[in-house]
Amino acid sequence: MEALIAENITKRYTEHTALDDVSMTIPEGSIFGLLGPNGAGKTTLIRIINQIIYADKGHIKVFGEPLQEKHVGIIGYLPEERGLYKKLKVGDQLLYLAQLKGLSRAEALERSKTWIKKFDLKEWWNRKVEDLSKGMAQKVQFISTVMHEPRLIILDEPFSGFDPVNSQLITEEIFGLRERGSTIIFSTHRMETVEDLCDHIALIDKSKKILEGSKRDIKAQYKTNTYTVDHRGTLTLSDHRFQQLSTTALDDNFFRTLVKMEEGLSPNELIRALTDQTEVHSFVEKIPTMGEIFITLVKGGKHE
Amino acid sequence: MNKVWLIFRREFLNRVQKKSFLIATILVPLIFPAIIAVMVFVLKKQEMSAGIDTVRVYDASGRFNFEPEDRFVFVPVKGDIEQEKSDFSRSDDFALLYLPEFDLLDPRGIILYTRDNPSIRKLDGVERIVERKIQSVKLQEFNIDRKILDDLRTDIRLTTINVSDSGEEKSSNAGIYYGLGFLLGVLIYMFVLIYGMQIMLGVIEEKTSKIVEIIVSSVKPFQLMMGKILGIAAVGLLQFTIWVILITTLSTATLSLFGVDMPQKQAMEEVAKMNNPEVAQEVASQNDRVMELLQAASEIPFMFIVFNFAFYFLGGYLLYGALFAAVGSAVDSQQEAQQFTFPITLPLIIAYFGLFMFILNDPHSTASFWFSIIPFTSPIAMVGRLGFQVPFWELLLSQALLIGGFIFTTWIAARIYRVGILMHGTKINYKVLAKWFMMKQ
Repeated sequence: MEALIAENITKRYTEHTALDDVSMTIPEGSIFGLLGPNGAGKTTLIRIINQIIYADKGHIKVFGEPLQEKHVGIIGYLPEERGLYKKLKVGDQLLYLAQLKGLSRAEALERSKTWIKKFDLKEWWNRKVEDLSKGMAQKVQFISTVMHEPRLIILDEPFSGFDPVNSQLITEEIFGLRERGSTIIFSTHRMETVEDLCDHIALIDKSKKILEGSKRDIKAQYKTNTYTVDHRGTLTLSDHRFQQLSTTALDDNFFRTLVKMEEGLSPNELIRALTDQTEVHSFVEKIPTMGEIFITLVKGGKHE
Repeated sequence: MNKVWLIFRREFLNRVQKKSFLIATILVPLIFPAIIAVMVFVLKKQEMSAGIDTVRVYDASGRFNFEPEDRFVFVPVKGDIEQEKSDFSRSDDFALLYLPEFDLLDPRGIILYTRDNPSIRKLDGVERIVERKIQSVKLQEFNIDRKILDDLRTDIRLTTINVSDSGEEKSSNAGIYYGLGFLLGVLIYMFVLIYGMQIMLGVIEEKTSKIVEIIVSSVKPFQLMMGKILGIAAVGLLQFTIWVILITTLSTATLSLFGVDMPQKQAMEEVAKMNNPEVAQEVASQNDRVMELLQAASEIPFMFIVFNFAFYFLGGYLLYGALFAAVGSAVDSQQEAQQFTFPITLPLIIAYFGLFMFILNDPHSTASFWFSIIPFTSPIAMVGRLGFQVPFWELLLSQALLIGGFIFTTWIAARIYRVGILMHGTKINYKVLAKWFMMKQ
């Protein structure tokens, strides 16, 4: 089953169109990267999924059902703009937010105690949020997002403001949640996060979706049949099927050459051609990073 | 609705558990008994220290004969007035009264020399004594018997009785209803302003702390707004109830501590003591009046007033509370809110002044009628008129319109609120608000 299907979502404001006919499918159990530059429309889409605002056109289905009010209980949302009640105690805050998501007071108390222990915040239970460091407040916020064990978790730039230790902690929790059956939507423009965590992505630019699919497929789609070869001694390929893009000298008579191969050929043929010419020390297919694909698409404006 | 309850409970508990709430709730009622205590104390003190003052009388005509009074003794002096003045200035006496030769029908030129500025009370006392002396000399000159004059004095008091449609008779007293209407009107005015501001500040806090986005991903903006408005209303009602109880008990306790039954009675006795018998007689009749007031007070339709007051108290608060919530949602700071709070409070202020200027004085005038019908002014205006036999249909119409009014303002406010709480850093003016209002969600 699909965790979420968005069909032809359009949202217009008086001055601009925030989302223009955007459709996407988020497989259950995936970690889905919702990518795009600032102002592309990611937050608008997220708010529509959270029923904070409503689409002008289009439909959303959550786990097979049309999106409706009861679904707020199975969605957890961590907005980019973090905020808690400054004057409220950590414990009261967690209980309140969990109860708003539909947990009973007893459930909320039990689960928040567990999470608080896990995140090492136990002695802060009775302290006000304003006394917490930024990192601790972020942890409290993360707990409030996942405490009701939502089947769909939406995290908007979850790592901003976290130090590496806490980032690691959160990352582990995210994988843990996925293992327990949650689907996770990441909205970010930090490509290393996407590279490490996401298995599916969609890219939104200028209110339109310009790319969607599994990370592997997309990378395959955007690979350019280019290989990085490290070799000893000079290399000159006379075969017209292989194109030498560049050569950089490394030390000790070593060189690194980028070779682009004609489509439809097997890498074995290139290796054969190379071994005739030079002593090959390393042969790696150059796979584009998500960052490179992102920049190519957004900057190059290929979709227009 | 369960979620509105959760929000309501948090708003309520959060505010009630604050130290500032506790302090305000306990201190404010203490202020009133404290003021009464200080006043009674000063009054008693003054009474004790007030000895008998000596007044030197320089009577140029020799027509007057002053006997010692309660508060003054009179010492006649003769000779050169300049010499007497300088003698007086070196003495400890209170004053030098100079009575020149004058026409009885046109007493002019009477001077009271004092060393410092005398109190109005003392001045008044001397004035009355001199008036009385001149009057009795006049009586003699005109050959009028004092007794005839006393018999001529007429004092009537109208007993006002309202005859209702059912033929039931009730004694009414405009004075006590005036006071009651004034008090209740001012209370509503204060309650709406103070707690309306609380709503606004609460909304601004949620907006600027960015928590609001999390909350509205769990509840509808309308639920959040209503939970907040109702929660703060409960805080206000609780505080108000505690105040009423505390003020009543503490005031009674303070008064009995000083051995005073009633402040009015105390004042009456004071007046009676320092003035002449004629005034004392007036005071006696005024004491009757006090009894009559108490009689009227006991006849106030208590449940009727309480029910209607509670209705307008809540109705007015809800009507304005929604608007304050809308303003809070639109702005990013309290300073920014000022340009919008003034137009909102304007009808409230107008109703407040209307209460003093014509509603209480003329509760059945056309202006009073319209003020108590229009929902924006009716909470203050109608409460002011409650004691004055408002026709039932007017009351019903006013209350129906008030219910309609707060549904209307809540609807408008909710439309602005749902957009406003998610908007940051926008330059707000009425055009923007109108746009938000029209915006489909």
